[in-house]
Amino acid sequence: MTLGWTEGQPLIRMRDVHKKFRAATVINGISIDVMKGEVICIIGPSGAGKSTLLRCINALVPIDSGSILVEGQEVNDPKLDKLALRRKVGMVFQQYNLFPHRTALANIMMAPLHVLKRNRAEVDAEARALMRKVRLDGKEDCYPGELSGGQQQRVAIARSLAMQPAAMLFDEVTAALDPETVKEVLVTIRELAEEGMTCVIVTHEMGFAREVADQIYFTDRGIVVEHGPPAEFFTNCRDERTRRFLSQIL
Amino acid sequence: MQSTALDLSRSPSHGALLLVALTLSICVSEAQAGPGAPSVLATILKWTPLLAQGFALNIAMSFLAMAIGTVLGLALGLGLIALTRPVRAVSWLVTQFFRNAPWLVLLFYCILLMPFEVRIGGTIVPLPGWAKSTAGLALPVMANVAELVRGAIQSIPSGQWEAAEALAFTRLQTLRVVILPQCVKRMTPPWMNLYAIVVVATPLTSIVGVSEAMTLTGDVLSSEGRTELLVPMYLYLLTWFFIYCYPIARATVALERRFQVS
Repeated sequence: MTLGWTEGQPLIRMRDVHKKFRAATVINGISIDVMKGEVICIIGPSGAGKSTLLRCINALVPIDSGSILVEGQEVNDPKLDKLALRRKVGMVFQQYNLFPHRTALANIMMAPLHVLKRNRAEVDAEARALMRKVRLDGKEDCYPGELSGGQQQRVAIARSLAMQPAAMLFDEVTAALDPETVKEVLVTIRELAEEGMTCVIVTHEMGFAREVADQIYFTDRGIVVEHGPPAEFFTNCRDERTRRFLSQIL
Repeated sequence: MQSTALDLSRSPSHGALLLVALTLSICVSEAQAGPGAPSVLATILKWTPLLAQGFALNIAMSFLAMAIGTVLGLALGLGLIALTRPVRAVSWLVTQFFRNAPWLVLLFYCILLMPFEVRIGGTIVPLPGWAKSTAGLALPVMANVAELVRGAIQSIPSGQWEAAEALAFTRLQTLRVVILPQCVKRMTPPWMNLYAIVVVATPLTSIVGVSEAMTLTGDVLSSEGRTELLVPMYLYLLTWFFIYCYPIARATVALERRFQVS
């Protein structure tokens, strides 16, 4: 299915994506390209369809029309192997959604063990390395309930990374956190970005977006109003809606 | 923890009340007993080994009915949340039927409709009354467990499903390693409650002739032929059930409280 895709082409290519929930149009023709190793931030007011767009990329939510290609694989194809797609695209949620009945380490190991059927010793070693990577070594045997929000979110990031995805989707991952733990999560994401991980980040953290993004997309009412590299986007945005949004948030 | 300790210290008061009633009724019937008749207490003690045998059968039936009903109920409960509509519809019908049918009616049907023996392979396995009754009790257990399973699954936040789905788990894997393990904790208190109900329902089988404690108490009373024994004997039997079920009820409450905190 990845035939015909080369590294020079966008890793994720969205074209004229539409999505309605009953009568409400949530995404009304969005086109975005994400190159390999690129970090894009999607910003915009609540209800602009940002979270839905992320869920469309890994087929958690089916799209009505348009096209989303991930490594050349059409997400809108009814014959799509959803599981294969989701192995390529990791996702981190606002509410962390860790599995509360398993330890932090077990949370990271579950998908490689059950989905990829990999060898336990190998997976264990990798999971411990991931815990170090997100600076949580020593917390392997803690249950999610014993960790702070920021720590849980970093475990969730490690859990996604354990599947060795080609791209990561972040859905307002700091929105539910205490201000003091926001930073530790953002540092983790920035390190990932610097290592060359392809990231699609929905966020309200403008300072972070400006720092980490290669491209910023401003969405409102289901469309991309404006986009560009951060330096340009934040200093001389053209659209009135973007300006109003930025003035409210900055 | 403190409240639990408080409750446990208060709990014997229920049992004490029953004990007082039992002692009182023994004294009253002792007074009613004709001259020369053996004492009521001695008579009760004389028959205790037999009643214990019968009670063991009550416990055995309750265990088996619970085990069979739980396994079947788990399957039926998964049917209730199946993605295919026909499976869901059939599971719903079966659940509603067995949840709302009187247990005694189900018992009668099992006794009347099941054969007295079945041939498995080359051997003939007899189906005694207690086995058929156990099946009859297992049916409502199944339906109630199915509802417990459905309720527990639906009480798990949808984020758990979403996270598992995003990690490329299949639906079955999600149920097995993510959802159901979390349900066990939530289901345990109501499941224990159901068990206590099954235990006190086992004397129903005396109506269809199973030699359990209730039937044997009746037999004892008719062989003794002393009307003053009636009340203390049945109170004695009641005490047996109380002593068995009461700790289960207390543990259920304690567990519920503990799970609420975490």
